Amino acid sequence: MSAAGAIIYCEDVTVDYDGFKALSRLNFFMDRKELRVVIGPNGAGKTTLLDVISGRVKPVAGRVIFGHHTDLLPLRENQIAALGVGRKFQTPSVFVNLTVRDNVELSLRRASKGVFATLFDRDAEDERARIQATLETVGLAGKAAQLAGTLSHGEKQWLEIGMVIAQDPELLLVDEPVAGMTDEETARTGALLQSIAADRSVLVIEHDMEFVRRIARKVTVLHQGAVLCEGTVDQVQADPRVLEVYLGQRREARSGATAGGAHAVR
Amino acid sequence: MRTREAWALAVAAVVLVVVLPVLNLLPPSSPLHVSNFTLNLFGKFLTYAILALGLDLLWGYTGVLSLGHGVFFGLGAYAMGMHLMLEIGTQSVYQNALPDFMVWNQVTTLPLFWIPFQSAAFTLVAIVAVPALVGLVFGFLAFRSRIRGVYFSIITQAFALSAWLVFNRNEMNLGGTNGLADFKTIFGFRLSQVSTQRTLYVVTALTLVGAYLLCRWITRSRAGRVLVAIRDSETRVLFSGYAPANYKLFVFVVSAALAGIAGALYVPQVGIITPARMGVLPSIEMVVWVAAGGRGTLLGAIAGAFGVNWMQSWLTTSYPDLWLFFLGALFMGVVLFFPDGVVGAVARASARLRGVGARPSPLLAFGHGGPTAQDPQTPA
Repeated sequence: MSAAGAIIYCEDVTVDYDGFKALSRLNFFMDRKELRVVIGPNGAGKTTLLDVISGRVKPVAGRVIFGHHTDLLPLRENQIAALGVGRKFQTPSVFVNLTVRDNVELSLRRASKGVFATLFDRDAEDERARIQATLETVGLAGKAAQLAGTLSHGEKQWLEIGMVIAQDPELLLVDEPVAGMTDEETARTGALLQSIAADRSVLVIEHDMEFVRRIARKVTVLHQGAVLCEGTVDQVQADPRVLEVYLGQRREARSGATAGGAHAVR
Repeated sequence: MRTREAWALAVAAVVLVVVLPVLNLLPPSSPLHVSNFTLNLFGKFLTYAILALGLDLLWGYTGVLSLGHGVFFGLGAYAMGMHLMLEIGTQSVYQNALPDFMVWNQVTTLPLFWIPFQSAAFTLVAIVAVPALVGLVFGFLAFRSRIRGVYFSIITQAFALSAWLVFNRNEMNLGGTNGLADFKTIFGFRLSQVSTQRTLYVVTALTLVGAYLLCRWITRSRAGRVLVAIRDSETRVLFSGYAPANYKLFVFVVSAALAGIAGALYVPQVGIITPARMGVLPSIEMVVWVAAGGRGTLLGAIAGAFGVNWMQSWLTTSYPDLWLFFLGALFMGVVLFFPDGVVGAVARASARLRGVGARPSPLLAFGHGGPTAQDPQTPA
């Protein structure tokens, strides 16, 4: 493995939650402008991987390098976001008491997001165009003046994706974007993510294999905090280890021990 | 619409700052005369309104509920009180340059920390600086450790309790339970004179107008939108590249400073400050003012501070036993039926009259400020 040309490079990353190893010597890297989907049974460490990259969780060991040489480990979440790592959460997380436009406006990449800069800053002209373009990308231009709290579930998800795009990130982390969406919304979201991946790197966590098949070029399977295998959707689905992991889950589910994850590979 | 609102506000400001004191100048036989008592009472309410504005900025806008703002009010009040005590000089009961309670407690020299309060200039700075600095240290420690929501509220309450205990101790040389009182003059003017009290009222009213304009400017800036965003989803704010802790600290310090100024204006108009004004109970009462008036509306905070206290002074004279029941009922009623207070209810009613769909009440979750349903939880 080499870090050359990689947008994110994780080496031997271990995350320990009171003895439970959510990530265990994980090695993972992604190229620039790559759209990567990460799958894996529940508890495999998918969301923890996003937490580590975005700075929410600090690993006990390992290295996390962004771009060519930026070490992310000593940085806080907001500093990592300012560097160009955007994160979309699983449940829609938008500012419900602000207008759709203001949601995007606050997210725009800026020289300073400090208290005194934002106290004295006033709206700039060129920002209007950027806000408008972002709203059009996510299909919410007609609802710019509405409070974000009045949007539907799917629209909130798109708004949050729009907010992350407005940050102008080099790397987008997207956690289960189509959970709870209708088929039509799922299709639109897939197209949206693919268009974003045209000029940014996108890392998507997803359970819905149909959706994965539609958008993925390369899939990484996590299991017990480490990478189990990587490849195209077909390669991964044909891998006996992957079947074992998911079938093992299914057997457990059938015997009533745990549920979940079983629906993923079909 | 905007200009009409601005006119209404300007008229209200003129009534408070100019009309009421002028009516006070009329002879008592005139039907329009405002008595000295009423003007003084309003002056006290206006100091509460200054504090409520800061609390609204912190709670209503940012979603950070402080149950300890009585402490900052007390710090400003004691700073002013100490200066006024020293101004008494030898006109005191014991005719000693030391404050009476020190003579009584057999303190023979002025404690070191009292000495700078002989200076009026130092006192004026301390009124703002002491509560702001205490707020800065407290807020820095709490927000840096990411203490949020109800946990933050609980430690502010503990803070109010401990401050109350400390200020009650005679060893603190701050007058113990009796506090500071018997003031004679302020910056050389006799406090018993009507003109001094009227001037204090005007200064308080002007300060309130200034505090309102400051808070309005903050809430209408981009930083003001960040504050609302923090209330809605602090995690999203953090991952959008802002440091919510810095914003919360800023608002906490501003509100502490406003509370200190309010306390300092309260002391010469009421004539006494005791630890009872800064403990747990008064701190909660302050929160009730904001809740009753309407969180996140600034004007609601002013209306709440004024209205609740006016009712209190009326009820405690007419039906002294009923006040606490009334306060409790008011709080529960607001929480259950008017989550966004009087101002919110009026705004919604007027929207309905005009046939416009009212905007949904933004503040259904009471007292939140921590992780809400909106906020993704940290997975474990």
